[in-house]
Amino acid sequence: MERDDLHVNDSYALNATHSEEEGKKIRKKLYKVTVLLTLLTVVEVFMGVFFKRNGTFEWEVIKLGFIVLTLVKAAYIVLVFMHLGEERRNLKYVILLPYALFIMYLIFIGLTEGLATHDAYNTFR
Amino acid sequence: MAGHSKPISKEELWGGGQSPFSITYGKMMMWYFLVSDALTFGGLLTAYGVIRHGSTEPWPVGEQVFEALPGLHGSYPLMYVALMTFILIISSVTMVLAVEAGHRNDKKGVIKWLGYTIIGGFFFLGSQAWEWSHFIHGSGGGFQIETPLTVTAKNEAGEEFKMELNAGSWVHMDTEFGHAYEHALEGHEAHASAGHDEHGHAEHAEHAHVDANTMMPEKLILNKYTLDYKDGKDLRKLIVEGEDVKKLWASKADNTVVFGANLSKNEYAVQQQYANFFFFVTGFHGFHVFSGVVINIIVWLMALRGIFERRGHYEMIEKIGLYWHFVDLVWVFVFTFFYLV
Repeated sequence: MERDDLHVNDSYALNATHSEEEGKKIRKKLYKVTVLLTLLTVVEVFMGVFFKRNGTFEWEVIKLGFIVLTLVKAAYIVLVFMHLGEERRNLKYVILLPYALFIMYLIFIGLTEGLATHDAYNTFR
Repeated sequence: MAGHSKPISKEELWGGGQSPFSITYGKMMMWYFLVSDALTFGGLLTAYGVIRHGSTEPWPVGEQVFEALPGLHGSYPLMYVALMTFILIISSVTMVLAVEAGHRNDKKGVIKWLGYTIIGGFFFLGSQAWEWSHFIHGSGGGFQIETPLTVTAKNEAGEEFKMELNAGSWVHMDTEFGHAYEHALEGHEAHASAGHDEHGHAEHAEHAHVDANTMMPEKLILNKYTLDYKDGKDLRKLIVEGEDVKKLWASKADNTVVFGANLSKNEYAVQQQYANFFFFVTGFHGFHVFSGVVINIIVWLMALRGIFERRGHYEMIEKIGLYWHFVDLVWVFVFTFFYLV
């Protein structure tokens, strides 16, 4: 693996400045992401309004669709707006890995517990 | 001095003189703070999931609860929250443009874009205030019935259904009648108590002659906020009319009548946790937005006074930018798990 911590000239180090042309390029990227995030939100709202909730398999797929779209939006916000994507690899992993691992564990254990409570109510009511 | 150590080449190790992450202490601590804050919000939303999965009663669905727009009648499901989401995304964009301007040491650009961000923040806070007010006042209220009843109800497509309701089933009023009934009840209480003030008297003067006990709705609604379906037929927002309304109204348990929501009862769900999670999750997020706006204003004033220009860099904009984007990020998840799913 390449040692990226030996590179000195980081674009977001304290003394880093960029020129007018570089600024133009960055702004173009930002506008693209803005349009994308807006479109995703519009798609989500239309899905929420028009798809019928009826407890079938289809609705489960749509729910999954919501979650995937949300994660895509979150990724763009974190990697582009918070420019974590341009930070060093070690910083990126220090931020993302512990959070992802812990939250996946929490969701798994929480929803398992919730469903067990649900079943217990239904069984002993 | 015991012994000499061989000097290690700077190329081999992290060279020193610079952070191994190549960011400053302040920015790194902001990231660590955001990770811990993200855990708090992750915990809140997971707790919401636990309660919702554990519930055996139907859970209210977003597009039936949140379908009002300020100053308009009718049903606009999710439009208002979509607007709030859009406002926050746009204010996130203006913030990232302020950060970009800072990298070019463009004082004017920073002031302009950070200013727009602050305005966006105020718009979001205002929207949330309206959303809370609407949630607290409710859309007509509801009550529980005391005896089991069988009524005929129509769905939006006009199909009729025989609905067998248990004692304790929830029935909702429509917005217009519900508000009139609420005023009549309040007027009744205000007249019953001796010490009502001048203002309260004037406000309810037009309703004063209406006796709540003689009021009778023209229609009532079943499954107003919750989901129900049978054999693929949509059983949401069933309208009850005619004689059945009288039967339901006569069976109304007066102590169960509720309008809107507070921390002890709510019209949207049997589960009080629904309202409590709404207040806590969106309230905690709104508090973050509020503190973000305050911080943005302070930094905007600092930029205006040229403090960062003298410092030679606009890193402070990046730090508060991280916080502001995080607030946007949290809202993206709240939007999905509270309103959509």
